[in-house]
Amino acid sequence: MELSAITDDKLRIVSVQEPRIDAAVAIAFKDAMRAQTDCGPDLVVLDLSQVEFIDSSGLGAIVAALKNMGKNRRLALAGLTPTVARVFELTRMDTVFNVFPTLEGALTTLRAQ
Amino acid sequence: MTGVPDAIGPVGRALSPFTIHLECSALAVRDALASVLHALQPLDLTAQETGAVEVVLAEVLNNIVEHGDPPDIDRCEIEIACAHMKDGLCIEITDGGSELPDSKVPSGCAPPIDVDVANLPEGGFGWFLIHTMTREVRYERGNGTNHLFLKLAVGTRV
Repeated sequence: MELSAITDDKLRIVSVQEPRIDAAVAIAFKDAMRAQTDCGPDLVVLDLSQVEFIDSSGLGAIVAALKNMGKNRRLALAGLTPTVARVFELTRMDTVFNVFPTLEGALTTLRAQ
Repeated sequence: MTGVPDAIGPVGRALSPFTIHLECSALAVRDALASVLHALQPLDLTAQETGAVEVVLAEVLNNIVEHGDPPDIDRCEIEIACAHMKDGLCIEITDGGSELPDSKVPSGCAPPIDVDVANLPEGGFGWFLIHTMTREVRYERGNGTNHLFLKLAVGTRV
């Protein structure tokens, strides 16, 4: 599971470089996210703009990533494509995370906080 | 005499029924989903409809791969049969794995998420998504085989 990261003094942007977060890669995604978020800023933005498909295993892996970050840290989601957004909406997980339509919008809002 | 009756039946112009076979593995599920979506191209589904088909089928197939526990994993095979009807897409998934609990379709209740972050559910959404995105879900068990029948309200535009 390929993730890329950009870090500044306020937040870390983790971008998923693959088109699917599904059962085949859910564990690899969890491990890769843990490596990207074990240390660093308290605020992490997960850029999902290249992810076209997610299933409930992938959804669970993103929830696990949030839980792994521990208390007092935040995981925001940005750039949800239509099918990914629908899965988050139907399961109401869009109410658990800060969800932003675009990465640019997420950065503008979060950096102003 | 009028032409085609209004009764539910295959739509003439659209799509011949097709069948796809796959092994019980997560990577085989990926390939099968791609094959199904490719085969559905003549229906010219919207992106939302295509997404619904892919999510529902992924959840069903993942369940079989993860929980099916077939007696002989080397011989595990899943069959997906699709037919397009006037009122939507009918999909039958057949596998030789374990019977569903109580021999019925699991409930579609989503696990609660109004909880502390530490207690958020990391699973349990599969059947909820299947129920939410389908019009009908039916299950039959016979001769050591599971048959799951799904109907999705997609491809119903005139």
